[in-house]
Amino acid sequence: MAAGTRELTRSALPGAVFAVRELRFWLTDYRRTWRGSIYSSLLNPLLFLGAMGLGLGSLVNKQGDAAIGGVSYLTFIAPGLLAATAMTTAVGESTYPVLASVKWVKTYQAATASPLRPADIFHGHMLFVALRLTMNCAIFLAVSAVLGAVDSYWALASLPVAVLTGVTFNATIESWAITRTRDTSFAVIFRFGMIPLFLFSGIFFPVTQLPGWLQPIAYATPLWHGVALCRSLSLGVATLGGALTHVAYLAGLTAIGVAAGNRSYRRRLYV
Amino acid sequence: MIRARGLVKRFGDFIAVDAIDFELHRGEAFGFLGPNGAGKSSTMRMIGCVSPPTEGELSILGLDPVADGPAIRARLGVVPQEDTLDLELTVRENLLVYGRYFGLSRDEIRERTARLLDFVQLSDRADDQVEPLSGGMKRRLTIARSLINEPEILLLDEPTTGLDPQARHAVWDRLFRLKQQGVTLILTTHYMDEAEQLCDRLVVMDRGKFAAEGSPRELIERYSTPEVLELRFDPDRHQIAAEKLGGVPAERQEVLADRILLYVTDGDITLGRVRALGLEPLTSLVRRSTLEDVFLRLTGRRLED
Repeated sequence: MAAGTRELTRSALPGAVFAVRELRFWLTDYRRTWRGSIYSSLLNPLLFLGAMGLGLGSLVNKQGDAAIGGVSYLTFIAPGLLAATAMTTAVGESTYPVLASVKWVKTYQAATASPLRPADIFHGHMLFVALRLTMNCAIFLAVSAVLGAVDSYWALASLPVAVLTGVTFNATIESWAITRTRDTSFAVIFRFGMIPLFLFSGIFFPVTQLPGWLQPIAYATPLWHGVALCRSLSLGVATLGGALTHVAYLAGLTAIGVAAGNRSYRRRLYV
Repeated sequence: MIRARGLVKRFGDFIAVDAIDFELHRGEAFGFLGPNGAGKSSTMRMIGCVSPPTEGELSILGLDPVADGPAIRARLGVVPQEDTLDLELTVRENLLVYGRYFGLSRDEIRERTARLLDFVQLSDRADDQVEPLSGGMKRRLTIARSLINEPEILLLDEPTTGLDPQARHAVWDRLFRLKQQGVTLILTTHYMDEAEQLCDRLVVMDRGKFAAEGSPRELIERYSTPEVLELRFDPDRHQIAAEKLGGVPAERQEVLADRILLYVTDGDITLGRVRALGLEPLTSLVRRSTLEDVFLRLTGRRLED
């Protein structure tokens, strides 16, 4: 059997080959819905940058811009909102679609009957989410640039940083979502996880404005690291040391999430 | 092709599969017959390399399912108990996605898709979405999908449960053809007619253990009589009739809630003796023994409860 003998050499093939097979499943699935998703990717930055950046920003800028580093409010919040877009995209892709795949439609179980291992299935979905993050963040960045919210060419470097921020959320949330049997706890993540992060991670005002005891908590969240690095790149004021610290933090948390997910995917799919 | 020794699967304190031994040979159709909860699906999942055995030895195609799962699965086809089709994709796309899982090229997938859809009589629905297809069509598509990698062994977990009689016969017909082509079939079922139609050899499974093993004919000969006389009496007189029937020579008598079964060599002669005792059943039926009778004899319970 041609297919059989080829697969016997699996140990010689890198795991990425198998993850890409799962990625291609997600891309086939996405072909039906990509148009709709592009509209919301475009609408989201227009609404937020318009209402908060231009609308609220016109009031903020009247009060002076010293507290936000001497830039317009729009320029201040745009890179933060970019990182937040990565977070919301990632959390959305890491919750309901995962439960649907393992429980409602069982496409994960279908894949387990093939040479793919649970970890390949997990990594394949992560690759798909990384692509979706790249699309959404690139659109967001382009809209920001068109609205005049970008000061430096270094802003291009904020795209991979935003994607990494999303990947961090994706790995950690997905490694937990696969253990769920019902979707009720997802609403809790949205309300008590994402919304506080969105409001208090330095997107709309510097974290230094928070009460002293809250500041260390803000500095410990992955979103703050993404926001801080995206902003310093976008304003062209990033330092190498700062950038490496933020990237190392996000990469470290991602590695923990991937290790946890390798385990939780196996436990859920191999019973 | 498959060899199991003292195979055990436990979930916490619950023992789903309790130290079973079996051996399977190339080209045969092997069945696990038993009621729900007998441990059939757990056994199938262990063979499918998606459920590590708790204890015992299991070797599939000479390989270890825990260490070599991907290599084994590349040579298996799996029809799970519940369909796992992607309902939003088309019939053709389901096969495309699955073919890619096995690392097949686009051309190979295209060629096999045409052949497999023809085989399961779904060619005219190739570009339709899966969601609105009937249960029987979805089942046939699942079978086509399981064949995309030209497997040496096909695992079928209750292939026709929930299908109407016509759809079941269509599935049986396809499976019979696969068997003719030399594919090794392993199936679980709680339908005795399915087991009789398809299996060369089967094990009767109950509470995680094998109660008996053999060909359908052997099992019937060993554990039952050639004929069965089924009698139905007025519910008020059911118990009295059962006692009186003790006087009729029969190898065995089973008193079910609604019927009394007499296991005999000649049903018509026995019916004459029943009438001679002055017992007049509401209905009577003489039939040949089936695997259902074997199961009743071995476990004291019925299969399809």
